[in-house]
Amino acid sequence: MRETTAQEDLLRGIWRENPVLVQLLGLCPTLAVTGSVDNAVVMGIATFFVLLGSSVLVSTFKSIIPKEVRISAYILIIATFVTIADMVTHALVPDIWKALGPFVPLIVVNCIILGRQEAFASKNTVWRSTLDAVGMGSGFMVAMLIMGSVREIIGNGSWFGIPLFGGHYQPWIIMILPPGGFFTLGFVLLAMGWKKGREAEAVRPRRWPHGVTTEVGGPV
Amino acid sequence: MSEQELPMAGDAQEPSGNAAGEGPPPAPRQIEASSVRLVTTLSVAGALAGMAIVVAFQYTKPRIDANAARELAAAVTEVLGGAKTYKTIYLEDGKFTAEPRDTAGLDKVYVGYDPNGQPVGVAMEAAEPGFQDIIDLIFGYDPAKGDVIGMKVLHNLETPGLGARIATDSSFVDQFNDVSTPLIGVKEGQGKGGHNEVVMITGSTISSRAVIKIINDRLTAIQKPVDAYWSTIAGTSSTGQQSATTSAGRTTSTSVAPVAAGAVPSPGGGEL
Repeated sequence: MRETTAQEDLLRGIWRENPVLVQLLGLCPTLAVTGSVDNAVVMGIATFFVLLGSSVLVSTFKSIIPKEVRISAYILIIATFVTIADMVTHALVPDIWKALGPFVPLIVVNCIILGRQEAFASKNTVWRSTLDAVGMGSGFMVAMLIMGSVREIIGNGSWFGIPLFGGHYQPWIIMILPPGGFFTLGFVLLAMGWKKGREAEAVRPRRWPHGVTTEVGGPV
Repeated sequence: MSEQELPMAGDAQEPSGNAAGEGPPPAPRQIEASSVRLVTTLSVAGALAGMAIVVAFQYTKPRIDANAARELAAAVTEVLGGAKTYKTIYLEDGKFTAEPRDTAGLDKVYVGYDPNGQPVGVAMEAAEPGFQDIIDLIFGYDPAKGDVIGMKVLHNLETPGLGARIATDSSFVDQFNDVSTPLIGVKEGQGKGGHNEVVMITGSTISSRAVIKIINDRLTAIQKPVDAYWSTIAGTSSTGQQSATTSAGRTTSTSVAPVAAGAVPSPGGGEL
């Protein structure tokens, strides 16, 4: 694997290798709890906390965890942080905890978290793993914020619960229902792909398909 | 193998030192670990995880309980109008009592009192399936008149904008502030003006009907013991007697007195 700089470790998760928008991991909470920005952000913070805590512990203990039981050990570490996150959410924001329902405990099975432990934290130093976890966790939060904002603004006419349109707007209820999650994710990914395509186009010389000439008076 | 492990285990206790100094990741271990080591590692990790969870639990539990109590108190106040304090009573052997032998697993309702210590009604929680999930609600019941005097939906996953209006639409919710039982759901414009009619939300008939059914079912189940309990407390309170008469019995004297005196809330009760 190519050596990466600390800056890359931190930044790649936020945009270039965004866990949700590029790697398409952790889509379950992305679809399920982004009906309002509040829920999405609390979910993002909980996931960030679990990812950071697990990465620090896994990279710290990587050499004393036998490889035969590493997945069990990782899950144990992750589950501990998830349980703590669940209890803290319940204590601090009971209303949002109620709205998130089973999705806080389900962070245990979020691919982003186990994926980062296996792919990064178990092979790198604590410092690098911390940067990676902060980057990936922030990337997840960014994705949740985008999804939640689009859905809440269109579906409820508000942002963080603050009404935006002053009663002159008929909310598209479907955007905060499950189908709205799929629509939003589809359009966000479309926008990402479109932007990527343009960036690639800008750096690469234009190449026509085989057999097509670019001379004046070419194929009509 | 142990030679290789010991320094690493030392590193692990000092993550900060480890972080800056360590170069490339350690080479993958060739020798398979013994099963004793596997079991030991996971057992130790499990024990540590358990301890961490216990600590977190102890720190968050009081706050979670306080939140739940505050939420319940707010809900009881809301559905009982003028209630200032409330007291939990438990259904034991078919009769309500404030001091059961063991509260675990017993059905319970909340008796609300106004600032003068007069009972104003009984708040009870009830839950049954709605359109998508269980609808969990609390409603106030006035046994003196046999009326429902307030309703608040505590939890629902009904369709936003349609069924979820059972919780938010005041024109629906306010109908429960004074309505006779058993409730009857009528469609908009088809009511006959009866005092027990509830006009259902157009487009949310299933959710509206579920709310009405939940309240009716709950009352059918425990109306008799509630009314029986009510007749004991209403009788003593209205005469201004704090100490119980011979007919009212032990339960009444111990339960009403502290609430009526405005002193420390009785066991299971709370200050609103």
